[in-house]
Amino acid sequence: MAEVARGASMAAALGRREEGGMLGVSRASRYTAHAILIVGILIVAFPIYYTFVASTHSLQTILRPPLPLVPGGRFWENYTTALFGGIGRIGGVDVGTLLFNTTVVALAIAVGKIVISILSAFAIVFFRFPFRMFFFWMIFVTLMLPVEVRILPTYKVMVDLGLIDTYTGLTLPLMASATATLLFRQFFLTIPGELVEAARVDGAGPWRFFKDILLPLSKTNIAALFVILFIYGWTQYLWPLLVTNRNDMNTIVIALRKMISFADADTQWHLVMVTCVLAILPPILVVVLMQRWFVKGLVETEK
Amino acid sequence: MATVDLKDVRKVYGGRIEAVKGVSIAIPDGSMCVLVGPSGCGKSTLLRMIAGLEEITEGTVSIGGEVVNKKGPAERDIAMVFQNYALYPHMKVYDNMAYGLRNRGMARDEIDRRVREAAATLGLAEFLERKPRELSGGQRQRVAMGRAIVRSPKAFLFDEPLSNLDAKLRGQMRIEIKNLQKSLGVTSVYVTHDQVEAMTLADTLVVMNQGLAEQIDTPMAIYERPASVFVAGFIGSPAMNLLAATGGEPGKGLKLAGGAVVKPRDTVLPEAGREVLLGVRPEHMTLVSDRNNADIELKVTAVETLGADTLAHGHPVAGDLRSGELIARLPGSVHVADDDVLPLAIQPGMAHIFDAASGRRI
Amino acid sequence: MSPRVVFPNKLLPYLLLAPQVAITLVFFYWPASQALYQSVLREDPFGLNSAFVGLANFRRVLSQPSYIDSVQTTAIFSVATALLAMVVALLLAVMVDKIIKGRGFYRTLMIWPYAVAPAIAGMLWLFMFNPTMGTFAYMLRSAGYSWDPLLNGPQAMTLVIAAAAWKQISYNFLFFVAGLQAIPKTLIEAAAIDGAGETKRFWTIIFPLLAPTTFFLLVINTTYAFFDTFGIIHAVTGGGPGKATETLVYKVYNDGFVNLNFGDSAAQSVILMVIVIALTAFQFRYVERKVHYG
Repeated sequence: MAEVARGASMAAALGRREEGGMLGVSRASRYTAHAILIVGILIVAFPIYYTFVASTHSLQTILRPPLPLVPGGRFWENYTTALFGGIGRIGGVDVGTLLFNTTVVALAIAVGKIVISILSAFAIVFFRFPFRMFFFWMIFVTLMLPVEVRILPTYKVMVDLGLIDTYTGLTLPLMASATATLLFRQFFLTIPGELVEAARVDGAGPWRFFKDILLPLSKTNIAALFVILFIYGWTQYLWPLLVTNRNDMNTIVIALRKMISFADADTQWHLVMVTCVLAILPPILVVVLMQRWFVKGLVETEK
Repeated sequence: MATVDLKDVRKVYGGRIEAVKGVSIAIPDGSMCVLVGPSGCGKSTLLRMIAGLEEITEGTVSIGGEVVNKKGPAERDIAMVFQNYALYPHMKVYDNMAYGLRNRGMARDEIDRRVREAAATLGLAEFLERKPRELSGGQRQRVAMGRAIVRSPKAFLFDEPLSNLDAKLRGQMRIEIKNLQKSLGVTSVYVTHDQVEAMTLADTLVVMNQGLAEQIDTPMAIYERPASVFVAGFIGSPAMNLLAATGGEPGKGLKLAGGAVVKPRDTVLPEAGREVLLGVRPEHMTLVSDRNNADIELKVTAVETLGADTLAHGHPVAGDLRSGELIARLPGSVHVADDDVLPLAIQPGMAHIFDAASGRRI
Repeated sequence: MSPRVVFPNKLLPYLLLAPQVAITLVFFYWPASQALYQSVLREDPFGLNSAFVGLANFRRVLSQPSYIDSVQTTAIFSVATALLAMVVALLLAVMVDKIIKGRGFYRTLMIWPYAVAPAIAGMLWLFMFNPTMGTFAYMLRSAGYSWDPLLNGPQAMTLVIAAAAWKQISYNFLFFVAGLQAIPKTLIEAAAIDGAGETKRFWTIIFPLLAPTTFFLLVINTTYAFFDTFGIIHAVTGGGPGKATETLVYKVYNDGFVNLNFGDSAAQSVILMVIVIALTAFQFRYVERKVHYG
């Protein structure tokens, strides 16, 4: 609650002050700062870069360390092989299916969560009804029940409902969470009551108010949340691990793990590396391209 | 156009807190009724009950002779101007004004005609394509007015619409609202805590206190004959002086708490021994040259020179703190200093006597 | 304050809440209550009979040496991951706060790891430090250091800590940058006028004022290390070698799914629930205090 409000001011602060350096910072210490940052970038970005490098070398080069620091000449060869059947030969499922599954999961979770959360926040903030606070707390408490602490019984529910190896099973249970609802609630509470009154005098019922006023005003929040939740969905691990048995229902992250765990001398590491790059690339693109929303969403939801 | 009638309207929150304790007001067609009072007096609640934003616990609200208790705000055919304007921040000025009409399914060209007409009246024609955040406070205020005007409703409801503007703009908008309301002839209910606004705008003034209408009358009538100590203190600035006193023997005037005797002219005095409050407006006291002609002597403790007027603060010489503070409004040309003793006469007929226990006018 | 005016509809709010409440009940409350229920039952290995055993499962779980080891492993892993991720992020954030040009550039590169799934983060680090083909493993061995995280417990632990901390740097960095920028510039200026140099300003003004952010991140990082790092452990070490990297969450999964020991797994789940509740309560309590700091 309060933390989200603080987040908002922090996000605002992030936007500001892009220009000036701090007062009294000497030229020398600025150079030192750049040097440290470059080392930092090397550490932070290097593993990703190195994976890309590996994906452009031949299997033989990869198996004989040390691996060169610059990309090799097998980019086209490796990627075309991987994309057209190569990955299928390792994991049994072609990369298209894996990427499709992961995209479906990430999108469904992001969109589903936003829809479900915005509706329940709308109900909690703009209506008064018996058990309102009961429902609010009921949603709030789910913060304290992550999948990790209820693995087995949740799995059993999935089996009983026949949701193993289905897209519904992969996504639906992850769609309800308190974080997004709390964020929307927090935002809705900042909307002045007079605006609601004005809308009512203007003849807008709840649905019109939602569609004409609330949704347009929530645009930035929705965009921010979408980025966060897309990443959340894309990087899921424990859940897909539990509810998928069939390889063709795997997400790319799970498939990758299986490729590595069955690794033997014959493993086509260069193709595994291509899969790795393909698994990392979409969420990185989303984060980098939608950086503004991402930072806002992250700092505000404090997920 | 319609009359607005309130009959014994009550509002109880949660079965216990009585915000409005039975108010009846009849507002004639085309007139401006101003509800004034301190915060928490129930004036906004009353307005919101007329608007349909708040449920009516008891009593009836009628608009145009029809009881509207059960109707939602949109069905009552009223328009409201809010304190913070409540403009839709993501809509252009044009859409802000058109929104209510669109929701009523009005034809496009009729909407367009009305919006442009209202914009022209309010001098907003060049801002129609702007978003509210690109407008000044005064312009936003006009858009909020425009949103009400385009609807041609049965009644306008104003909820402290000027309180967010600076003093100069407030004075200007006050006159604009008055003129607009007059020329459109729409019945209006206006809520404010500012007594200057209340006095200048009202055809009918309702002074509210603790959920009750203390007095309903024209502004001048209320100024001249306040019905209670509360009204006396609330309307007029600086507030009316109120001195504790007891009725003297017949023909002997009033005894102030400090022992001095006052005998205001042309005033019906209370019976002997009755505890009362003597009210005199600062502007109704005149400086006299001869102490013998003075009704009361003011010992000055502070002076405010306002230019046109000088306000002398102090207390009655013969009295002490029990008889209360006293302020006199003197012409600006009079020179007054601290510790001066000013002989003052109360203008004939300008003394008000209130019962000390009930606070009602005697 | 919440808007005083609300819509008068009676049924609609329930319909709006229905999807979330339904999912919450089916996938959160029902399983959680099942975990509670099973934690006091003992099932025979064939799952045919079960009997109420009270707190026996808890007593057994808590007295198992392997569980105590796992608690220890989790503690070491969490503290090390949180500290490493926060120290590096703070250093980088402070540096970025000093510079004028290139902030956007550094930030853009700094946030990449956030987008990487924890399991993949683990795999990337494993790829670099894998004893058979990892470049860095090769370099370590060339330098005369015997490196084999697949056989050496502490080395395996170091590897998963590095991977886990690496992934969390982005998050901490963004928050520290935001926290630093929220410190009023006038305070720093006042300190400079008072004659405090850059280093002194950091330790006497900036760091104390950053305390709320640091504290908040500490809770978040601990939670992250507890729960979100399952993928890293599962993908890199599988809890091994031996049980050197078996954290509590991994153990719940392992005992329940692999060893099919439902009573113990349920009891462990309940213990974890208590830990999450404590962490969440702590976080919200701290947020309350934070408000007073202004």
